[in-house]
Amino acid sequence: MKLITAIVKPFKLDDIKDALKAAGITGITVSEARGFGRQGGHTETYRGTEYKIDFVPKSRLEIVVDDSEVDGVIETLKASAATGKIGDGKIWITNVERIVRIRTGEEGPDAV
Amino acid sequence: MDINAGATAWVLISAGLVLFMTPGLAFFYAGMVRSKNVLGMLMQNVFAMGLISILWVFVGFSLAFGGTNRYIGNFDFAFLRGVVGDVTKAADLPGYAGTLVVPGLAFMAFQMMFAVITPALISGATADRLKFGSYAVFIGLWSVLVYSPVAHWVFSPTGWLFRRGALDFAGGSAIHINAGIAALVLTMVLGPRRGWMKEAMPPHNLPYTVLGMGILWFGWFGFNAGSALTADGLPAQALVNTHLAAAAAMLTWLLVERLMAKHATTLGAASGAVAGLVAITPCAGYVNSMSAVAIGAIAGIVCFLCLKLKFALKLDDSLDVIAVHLVGGLLGSLLLGFFGDKSATGFGTDGVFFGGGWGLLADQAVAAAAVIVFSGVVTWIIAFGIDKTIGLRVSVEDELVGLDQSQHAEAAYQS
Amino acid sequence: MKLITAIVKPFKLDDVKTALQGAGAVGITVSEARGFGRQGGHTETYRGTEYKIDFVPKVKMEIICDDGSVDAIVDAIKGAAHTGKIGDGKIWIVDVERMVRVRTGEEGVEAI
Repeated sequence: MKLITAIVKPFKLDDIKDALKAAGITGITVSEARGFGRQGGHTETYRGTEYKIDFVPKSRLEIVVDDSEVDGVIETLKASAATGKIGDGKIWITNVERIVRIRTGEEGPDAV
Repeated sequence: MDINAGATAWVLISAGLVLFMTPGLAFFYAGMVRSKNVLGMLMQNVFAMGLISILWVFVGFSLAFGGTNRYIGNFDFAFLRGVVGDVTKAADLPGYAGTLVVPGLAFMAFQMMFAVITPALISGATADRLKFGSYAVFIGLWSVLVYSPVAHWVFSPTGWLFRRGALDFAGGSAIHINAGIAALVLTMVLGPRRGWMKEAMPPHNLPYTVLGMGILWFGWFGFNAGSALTADGLPAQALVNTHLAAAAAMLTWLLVERLMAKHATTLGAASGAVAGLVAITPCAGYVNSMSAVAIGAIAGIVCFLCLKLKFALKLDDSLDVIAVHLVGGLLGSLLLGFFGDKSATGFGTDGVFFGGGWGLLADQAVAAAAVIVFSGVVTWIIAFGIDKTIGLRVSVEDELVGLDQSQHAEAAYQS
Repeated sequence: MKLITAIVKPFKLDDVKTALQGAGAVGITVSEARGFGRQGGHTETYRGTEYKIDFVPKVKMEIICDDGSVDAIVDAIKGAAHTGKIGDGKIWIVDVERMVRVRTGEEGVEAI
């Protein structure tokens, strides 16, 4: 099993969710995040003084899937999260050694 | 003169309007601080409603309006002795004989709300680092030792500045210059917030600030028009002037901001309106409507430009009390020397632009200078004394964790 | 490639960001978190009732980097987030198997 983590633009969240649902993904965890990267930040001005806001709002998605589903999910994410503009985000995959469904105690792919 | 029912009703309502300005100010300021200091800021403001009200009826009112000494009141009215609703008319107050038509108790209540908000104005300069207990001691001493004497000089007909002919319709010098210079001096003694000029400290909730501005503008009708102490053409003119100055100042502030800082901002709209309200305060019943527009317009520009003052002075006047209240108050007090127009309401004195010569401007300058020197010196003595005994500042850890948790053991926003 | 996750004190965020830029980190994702650990919490009092707040506000930082940069980045975080007081936080490293840039579809080190 793999954990797929994606950092995306918040306004793309609905599109991504719909695309993942259509692709048969049943569970996604989303959290608010802020990103600092090539996209750069913006400036805000308060009473004539400029503040550089380096961190841009982002959404973090976490999806645990079976190894065989990784490629499909990455393609779905790429297609639904991309706008073609800098700051579209990143996807990374890490190995999940064990997974447990709390309600039933099931483990492994059954728990996904 | 007999008590006038209309005037009494208006002054009592105005007392409520002015009281409401203090929570308004609390929100105006609280929106501009970081999210860990919101309750600290709200608390410093609303606490003044508790402490200063009690001090005012014990001694503050008497020191401001008792007796006929030119420089300080006396203890004749301490604990409101003799100041009762039914019997005592305002006309029985020293110096007011034959001119006032509201009960002494109504006058006392109206003036109480001014006493409450004045020290609260200072809290904007010292945001995020003042120990709550020390703040309480500071505003208590300041109200009795600075506010009451200055209010006596300016508002009481027996005070030396009043007798001299200096005009202050609702508190340009007694309130805004007074609190503004105190803010400057207290900030000098206190020092800057940790990380000032190094890290960004943007406002955490500007909707609060805009809400606070709305409450302040609304309450200011009582502040200025209530100061007429009558219910006739004088408060009508004062109310219209108040509104027009706020409107004009908002527009000019936004214009200059758009030109110099690229965007017209909500904080700019709120700040500009308040700057205009401050500037029109000493002039409200003494100028005509178009002069009020001009005074507001000038205030919006000058106060915006004076935002840079704190950087030149290297003073962390956190929420710009100097630029808005000290400069706005000075501007209004001095502009009255030019725009004073006795024909507008039948009250006041003609200024330079209305054929009155330079006499009024000179008196206004003397009043402003006197308040700056007195308030500045006494504020420094109080601040220095507190700093050397119980300390003004919170500890480094308390400042990092924020006033909400360290001073009040609360959190504004539960996650 | 590795994913470096650090939990640090919120007021240290600016210092850590500056140090990371110096250490060559291109992108950082930051999210609000709350931590429960040795630092313990604080108490809040509402109408005389004390509430023990066990969870302390923390900032969670995530940085993806190539294997060779891990030590420099860990040192940068360690140096900048350190106060010497309990609750300074933790840093951990996990292996990233695959990395995708959403906009271009680039993979691997290129996508960082």
